[in-house]
Amino acid sequence: MNKTTSWFNVTSLVFGFAFLYVPILILVVYSFNASKLVTVWGGFSARWYVELVHDQAIIDAAWVTIRVGILSASFATVLGTMAALVLDRYSKFHGRALFSGMVYAPLVMPEVITGLSLLLLFVAAGFDRGFWSVVIAHTTLTMCFVAVVVQSRLITFDRSLEEAALDLGCPPVKTFFLITLPLILPGVVAGWMLAFTLSLDDLVIASFNTGPGATTLPIKIYSMVRLGVTPEINAISTILISVIAVGVIVASVLSHRSEVEREKAERAVFLAG
Amino acid sequence: MAERWTQAMRPFLAKWALVAIPYLWSFLFFLAPFLIIFKISLSQTAIAMPPYTPVINTLGEFWSKLSDFSFDNYIFLTEDPLYYSAYLSSLRIALVSTVLLLIVGYPIAYGMARAPKSVRNALVMAVILPFWTSFLIRVYAWIGILKPEGLITIALQGLGILGPGEQIHVYNTETAVFIGIVYSYLPFMVLPLYAALEKLDATLLEAAADLGCPPTKSFWVITFPLSLPGVIAGCFLCFIPIVGEFVIPDLLGGSETLMIGKTLWAEFFNNRDWPVSSAVAVVLLIILVVPIVIFQNQQKKV
Amino acid sequence: MIEAVGPIKRKFAPWDDPTAKPFIRFENVTKRFGDFTAVDNLTLDIYEREFFALLGPSGCGKTTLMRMLAGFEPPTEGRILLDGKDLSGIPPYKRPVNMMFQSYALFPHMTVEGNIAFGLKQEGMDTAQINTRVAEMLELVKLGKFAKRKPHQLSGGQRQRVALARSLAKRPKVLLLDEPLGALDKKLREETQFELMDIQVELGTTFLIVTHDQEEAMTVSDRIAVMNHGVIAQIGTASEIYEQPASRYVADFVGDINLIDGTVSAVEDGVATLRCAGVDATIVAETGTGEVAVGAEAGFAIRPEKVQITLEAPPAGTPNVLSGEVWDIGYLGDISVYRVRLAGGSIVKATVANLTRIVERPITWEDKVFLTWPADAGVILLK
Ligand SMILES: Nc1ncnc2c1ncn2[C@@H]1O[C@H](COP(=O)(O)OP(=O)(O)O)[C@@H](O)[C@H]1O
Ligand SMILES: [Mg+2]
Repeated sequence: MNKTTSWFNVTSLVFGFAFLYVPILILVVYSFNASKLVTVWGGFSARWYVELVHDQAIIDAAWVTIRVGILSASFATVLGTMAALVLDRYSKFHGRALFSGMVYAPLVMPEVITGLSLLLLFVAAGFDRGFWSVVIAHTTLTMCFVAVVVQSRLITFDRSLEEAALDLGCPPVKTFFLITLPLILPGVVAGWMLAFTLSLDDLVIASFNTGPGATTLPIKIYSMVRLGVTPEINAISTILISVIAVGVIVASVLSHRSEVEREKAERAVFLAG
Repeated sequence: MAERWTQAMRPFLAKWALVAIPYLWSFLFFLAPFLIIFKISLSQTAIAMPPYTPVINTLGEFWSKLSDFSFDNYIFLTEDPLYYSAYLSSLRIALVSTVLLLIVGYPIAYGMARAPKSVRNALVMAVILPFWTSFLIRVYAWIGILKPEGLITIALQGLGILGPGEQIHVYNTETAVFIGIVYSYLPFMVLPLYAALEKLDATLLEAAADLGCPPTKSFWVITFPLSLPGVIAGCFLCFIPIVGEFVIPDLLGGSETLMIGKTLWAEFFNNRDWPVSSAVAVVLLIILVVPIVIFQNQQKKV
Repeated sequence: MIEAVGPIKRKFAPWDDPTAKPFIRFENVTKRFGDFTAVDNLTLDIYEREFFALLGPSGCGKTTLMRMLAGFEPPTEGRILLDGKDLSGIPPYKRPVNMMFQSYALFPHMTVEGNIAFGLKQEGMDTAQINTRVAEMLELVKLGKFAKRKPHQLSGGQRQRVALARSLAKRPKVLLLDEPLGALDKKLREETQFELMDIQVELGTTFLIVTHDQEEAMTVSDRIAVMNHGVIAQIGTASEIYEQPASRYVADFVGDINLIDGTVSAVEDGVATLRCAGVDATIVAETGTGEVAVGAEAGFAIRPEKVQITLEAPPAGTPNVLSGEVWDIGYLGDISVYRVRLAGGSIVKATVANLTRIVERPITWEDKVFLTWPADAGVILLK
């Protein structure tokens, strides 16, 4: 590797990450702005956070969002893991092509289409729109992401472990819970977290499928943004960003550490002969 | 006898349930809605239906209003140049943004793949992290930056490039939409590119150099062709959802930017014309079917 | 290390006993994957307490055969009997057969103990009994100190032992071993082969081992089945297969061999005379069990170590003499291999044991040499 190319690499990384992070940083900094004008620095203050705590509508929306997120992420994790197992294990069955199509399509399908079509289904079926329609909608959207994450874990899973369990007298369903699930658990957990944050994040699909009493945080934020930029939005955003960032970083550090420890142990055994 | 039968059937039932449950869910909540949207797009009378207070009270009434098919809504789409130009403009914006994303994302992915092994995972994490934080918030962050009285103007005034009172007019233009899209979709472009570039065997470049190929040339004859699967995956992963993008043009593009996702939203939430918005969605779907199918075949190969 | 349980002095040959009942029986078993036939109408009997080896090049269907016995693949045709009972339809978790996997397949999230106890827990054995059995197995494979470790904290050889202990813990009627030593280095492998034999004798379990290493098969097993493209080329004891290969394929696959083509010119009292035009020689050899007719095209197969190499011409009239020139010499430490080029251009190999620390070889490159062997040294293989 010669000097010019690595200089080029460093520059592109620095600019790339600056581009990704500076806007978020600005957003966070201005959430502590005393001034009501978002772009004029009026000194440090936490007043927007205080106001936020007293805004019942936002607290309600946050609560709805969290409940929707936990429920839909959990359903999506179960369904998505099942779908990943099917795609990984059953190479031939009637309708496999359709199945894999239904699993991958929502990944790229524009949200306006998914949102609108699901809404029309709820109306056609006479299903009242509200909390549960959003949960179903988010489950449907996020199970595909879970399926992709779990599937990538299953690809590296050694099938002979399952065969060994069967061979030792463990029936298939029990084998799944004793052997397969514990070993793909990091993928399943990552899938759950991804599903949860996607649900937390979704505006379009929730807007189409929501009903009375089921205003989620993104819907609330969106309506606030439409009315104008206020530091209060920066404050909510900062809280959301910090919660998710801390969660993701802790999870990745934990999984990284267990991997490092494992590697160390392996190396020690190798050196010991 | 019966017990033996259930015992023999149990593994089969478990297998069957494993396939059937996610299959039925996807079918019911992903595929079936498309059939309904298609049907509604063909219904004659506009079912005016303000959100939360349905005018139609019974299911039967709903279906009866759908019973008579017509292509009126589609004909309406062709008659009003608004739709026609919204589709074209969406495709154009998606195409330009995908190219921009590739230009911005490639050097980043390349830099990551060539970084020391010890920091690579951290870099991947750093690319994914913003993706986990809210899309809406990330788009919102740009409003404060791009507004005429926003941070760019302030910064440029501070540097003396803009005189006092002069402002930069990017907010509510297509340029702002491009910035927002590139910013929001960057991880979707960088990660597949990185995955492809990281797999690339460094000795290939050494072999090329050994055979007398200078570095810039070996990039074009070796690195780039071998990263093509990543390029294709990244482009589809960005292009398809961008065509139907709503939040970015709505928040950053202003009235000047025409995109079909915005049109559909307005048709649905403002005009409350469900059949027309369904027709808009169906046409959008038809436009996107080809790239989606290509993307899926690509996915299967990986 | 396992201590030897005393020299093995048994005469064990149930396959020669017409009244003995086979323990495992593959009956016209065929396995097809799509239109590819991995196992082709194969019939095979294995007896109780036997240490049986399946030997063949990779891809010949050994693993497939074993997986059918374990219950992971159903045979396309034919059936498999264990102790007289048809196994078809019985899932792997209900078969009294255990398998040691090629990759060991140790559960990475369980300790050594947990791995060994896994099968016993599935049986519903009570905890005290499980603990005793696990301790017993750990003792058997000498891993007592490692009970609490996870698989990734063990060396390759230790993992192999855990896998063995785990598959033996349930006291299966049959233990299947798929290339059990493939991942070990040569030295450890040889040691482990003898341990495996000791364990097998001690437990009296029927062992079916898959390997592509002929030395391994010959060392550990009572009988060997040599496989080729899904069919069995020959079944026999190690010495039968080595000394009396039934076909060119077996002769060529097991050990090193010289093959000389010719035509049978006479057969008398179980001794055939072969006219070998290619090397301009007449070879006399025992016919063995095969039917050898005058005029038949046949090959003469002889192991390199049975060929004597000399500088002096043997007395005139001695049968089985070839003459040529030393073309190449390979020094392998314990033996040296001489590649001798005959008049017709073909090469015959002869090996000589290096009994002393020779510095000067009596025979060297380009020497004119004679190759001889007694009439019972080689076999005739019909085409
Ligand atoms: N599940 C399978 N699907 C298709 N072909 C298979 C499968 N399992 C094995 N084969 C094929 O059957 C042949 C025999 O394989 P195997 O029994 O594993 O050979 P061996 O163990 O002797 O090396 C190989 O050519 C292999 O490609
Ligand atoms: Mg094999």
